[in-house]
Amino acid sequence: MIYNNVLGIIFANMHDESVSELTKVRTMGSILFGGRYRLIDFPLSNMANSGIPEVGVITKSNYQSLLDHIGSGREWDLSTKNGGLHLLPPFSHNNSGLYRGRIEALEGVLPFVQNSDADYVVMSDCDVATTIDFRTIIREHVKNNADITVVYAKHNFTDKGIGSKASTILEVNSDKRVTSVMVKPDILGEVNRSLNIFVIDRRILEKVVNRFSAEGYASFDKQVLQQNKANYKIYGYEHKGYYVKIEDMMTYYDANMDLLNIENKKQLFHNSAPIYTKVKDSGPAKYKEGSHVKNSLVADGCIIEGTVENSILFRGVKIAKGAIVRNCILMQNTIIDENAELHAVITDKRVTVGKNKLLTASKTNALFIKKNQKIEDE
Amino acid sequence: MKKECIAMLLAGGQGSRLYALTQKMAKPAVPFGGKYRIIDFPLSNCTNSGIDTVGVLTQYQPLELNDYIGNGQPWDLDRLRGGVHILPPYQTASGSSWYEGTANAIYQNIRFIERYDPEYIIVLGGDHIYKMDYSEMIAFHKEKGADATIAVLDVSLEEASRFGIMTCDETRRIVDFTEKPKHPKSTLASMGIYVFTWNKLEKYLIDNEQCCESKDFGKDIIPAMLENNEKMYAYSFNGYWKDVGTLYSLWEANMDILKSDDVLNLYDPEWKIYSRNMSLPPQYIGTDAQIQESLICDGCNINGNVNSSIIYSGVTVEKGVIIDHSVIMPGAVIKSGAVVKYAIIGEESIVESDVVIGASKEETEKWDIAVIGHGETISSGVTVAPGQMIPTI
Repeated sequence: MIYNNVLGIIFANMHDESVSELTKVRTMGSILFGGRYRLIDFPLSNMANSGIPEVGVITKSNYQSLLDHIGSGREWDLSTKNGGLHLLPPFSHNNSGLYRGRIEALEGVLPFVQNSDADYVVMSDCDVATTIDFRTIIREHVKNNADITVVYAKHNFTDKGIGSKASTILEVNSDKRVTSVMVKPDILGEVNRSLNIFVIDRRILEKVVNRFSAEGYASFDKQVLQQNKANYKIYGYEHKGYYVKIEDMMTYYDANMDLLNIENKKQLFHNSAPIYTKVKDSGPAKYKEGSHVKNSLVADGCIIEGTVENSILFRGVKIAKGAIVRNCILMQNTIIDENAELHAVITDKRVTVGKNKLLTASKTNALFIKKNQKIEDE
Repeated sequence: MKKECIAMLLAGGQGSRLYALTQKMAKPAVPFGGKYRIIDFPLSNCTNSGIDTVGVLTQYQPLELNDYIGNGQPWDLDRLRGGVHILPPYQTASGSSWYEGTANAIYQNIRFIERYDPEYIIVLGGDHIYKMDYSEMIAFHKEKGADATIAVLDVSLEEASRFGIMTCDETRRIVDFTEKPKHPKSTLASMGIYVFTWNKLEKYLIDNEQCCESKDFGKDIIPAMLENNEKMYAYSFNGYWKDVGTLYSLWEANMDILKSDDVLNLYDPEWKIYSRNMSLPPQYIGTDAQIQESLICDGCNINGNVNSSIIYSGVTVEKGVIIDHSVIMPGAVIKSGAVVKYAIIGEESIVESDVVIGASKEETEKWDIAVIGHGETISSGVTVAPGQMIPTI
């Protein structure tokens, strides 16, 4: 069984800066997504479902919510004697602030990698929500005799939004060998976009981290994939399944709204590979007299008396009588009081919107209300 | 290791009056209230009352129940010292026997109980829906210096002959107890929840084994203790309590949740009801859905008309469906144009297009709820009359 021979590494803080509103109080991995999940649920569940027995989560700052969420890893069946889940907070001896890149993040936890006797390492960031079987990718990696395999997906960049400026773009030949790498370019059209998911030989990973961190480099994509592509056997693996990649507030908004398309939801959540998350023991969602709900995702513990359309409601959201919520993302325990009206609003956890209050924005530029904020009655 | 009080939960009964719903699972494992099973209520009560050692006595169709309880983690009962233990009947050097009555089931597990050397044991049933702080009842038991304390509920005189009925003096001491009396002398009904001082109960359990045919708490142990003038008290409970032993009462208890949060509040952060989670995505409410006064759970996909109903986890309700005053259990699929009124639909059952199940009280003379068992398929165009059950048993 080669999969017992695999170590998982998840970068919880990578890309924090791209959605700074949401990461002010948490890591990228603990951003709430899709009604009841946090982004780290996706790589963690994929690793667990792929039979990877040992997973390290590298984190650096704002990790209280992350620790609270993943706990001992039991929800992902990673609370085991051999292997299991390891939280790797900074081994803080020098710098502070955010990691500048994967190499720097890995340097801090190198003993964890060295102590593993795995042959392969699966690395994933938390900016992509998808369901993916790492076993298939490892099989390809072994078959190609590759040093590094980069998971990519086809994407058609248009001139809308952030475009390609937050992505690494690959070109591959007919054997899937990576021939060209562009880091955060500004281009249009259909290209191969890296999903920030990699399989790499553990010994090569150690060498790469030792060498490039000593030389002061931080970026894995630039230094390893781009500058040294001739020195390593780097292959691409095309992921054809459904995915969303979160790169700024707009892509965050769109990625959530995308789940209102039932076909997308079916592809992201299938019975054979469930996405696990922390259990909260909320009651069922309650629809009271006068409720009017259409085209929405609703989590357990919500109590609805008003109107909700085209929206995502996380656990424990309360919508009072006469309130109207359209095109909104309302995170845990948001309270919308009587006759308040919200259009294209994202509320963080425990936001209260007072009676008769009107908040409107556009779907292309949703209004964000930060955690714990109370907006008074009108 | 010593525990002051441990709980023994009687979960072995067949629940024969739930017919189609208990053909393949014990009554405590029957789904209830959307995301729960009946046993979640006593188990969560134990956890919330600070009781961390629970023996669950199983006998009838235990597979589903064993699976569900597992290591007890959802109820915080996966403990190094104590925790939840499933206790089926077992073989000994002198032979083997099934549990023959509630008292016998406890008698056969005396060795389990003695491992914790408890001062008290609380005996619970697995067929009641209620939220109760057992620690208050145990405190009452200690305060009275009682040998046995029975939780009681004031019921109507008509109902009284279905229960064990007792009479108390002004100190709440029980002076008379009659199991299912034809002419009840009072309306204080036993809820089937007992606290015993363990060394006292143990003696009665052993004596009862020697002398008597039947081996029940209500029929044998309680009357024997009363006869010997043991100190027995009635502990009054005023909250919501419902025996869900019949199809109608199971349906009614589900409907009670919809009434108001004051009846049975599932949203109280101070008294959560825990359950084993199925890792399902949030429910999706489609563009053609109309939902009023209903509970809906994770993993559902609702595109029809749902009124005054409870839709359990992972249920699909297609476009044009009408569901009214019904209980739809986990994983059921109700296909387009089907009408389901005043009915219980079992787990994983499929109701094909244009099926009509049940009717409202106004629409029919011979009204009762309609019931579809677990894993049944009702073919397109079929009509299931009010009060009808599929499969017939």
